[in-house]
Amino acid sequence: MTQRVAVVERILGANDRLAADNRARLDAAGVFSLNFLASPGAGKTSLVEQTVSLLAGQLRLAVIDGDIATSIDADRAAAAGATAVQINTGGECHLDAVMLQGALDQLDLTAIDLLIVENVGNLICPANFALGTHKSILVASVPEGDDKPYKYPGTYRGVDALVINKIDLLPYVRFDMDYFRRGVAALNPGLVTFPLSCRTGEGLEAWLDWVVAQVAAGEIARG
Amino acid sequence: MLPSEPVNKAGFNEAMHELAITESILEIALRHGRSAGATRITDLHLVIGELSSVVDESVQFYWDIVSEGTAAAGATLHFRRVPARLVCRACGHSYSPRQALPCPACGREDITVAAGEEFYLEAIDVTSEEADAVALSETP
Repeated sequence: MTQRVAVVERILGANDRLAADNRARLDAAGVFSLNFLASPGAGKTSLVEQTVSLLAGQLRLAVIDGDIATSIDADRAAAAGATAVQINTGGECHLDAVMLQGALDQLDLTAIDLLIVENVGNLICPANFALGTHKSILVASVPEGDDKPYKYPGTYRGVDALVINKIDLLPYVRFDMDYFRRGVAALNPGLVTFPLSCRTGEGLEAWLDWVVAQVAAGEIARG
Repeated sequence: MLPSEPVNKAGFNEAMHELAITESILEIALRHGRSAGATRITDLHLVIGELSSVVDESVQFYWDIVSEGTAAAGATLHFRRVPARLVCRACGHSYSPRQALPCPACGREDITVAAGEEFYLEAIDVTSEEADAVALSETP
């Protein structure tokens, strides 16, 4: 005889619980953490390089790089001055809390002030999987087009800050900044936004100031 | 630096996030089936919002593979899709994001998502027969 059993359980609840464990572990070690989300080619790794090389003098940095294959990104982060760990997802389109847990095992968290997690280049899947990081940063870029907030609302809604990279290309490509920003404002009102160019360095200072302030605020919150 | 071991559990190449999601669905269904004293799971009722970026066909594809050999093997997946609905905080107008992002009634951008982000297993249909008892006790 068939019987109906009520379940009502969130499908990614297990991932969310593990993400909370990761967060507690980072907090206990005094590590502030950022999760970089972007489509492939937006400039996540370039932003990691710039952030690491410009902040290496004042913060102890580590980078965890998620990629389907290769350690190119982790190598670039290490060359810029960070302790780097590569996670090869073996085909998975996103990092999840289990993968981050394994990567944290490879780091001495007590020797880190700021951890940057570079997620797999993808605007859809990573938004579904919490990692336990403190803030999610979306790296958009001018050549991707100004319609991305409208096409990937889930990702734009879930982030804490937005970087608009490659603004040095604005004169050369069709990108209506006002249209882009209206889409962002509808999805994520008041989202802090940093238009910048990793290539020319324009706008990087405001981004770095924000990162440093976030790390300091994290330290104060932990006491 | 040497790359760490691939963590893709089922060994698929180019797997999508639906694989991880499907494994999670199976784990939840088996756990609730066991605690209900069921021997076989025949149906799963999933609620998936339009904004959850999960493709039914992909979940179904992975389901047939990951459920094999478990008490939920061959169970039918029912997808209840919840359409996305936005509500304007300024004027209260309710609309679909397919129409527009800023409010089509007043043009404001102060909106909230009222529906469409659901993502859960609502219920399972189970049977309890002696002949199936071995099958469920052997599941992980």
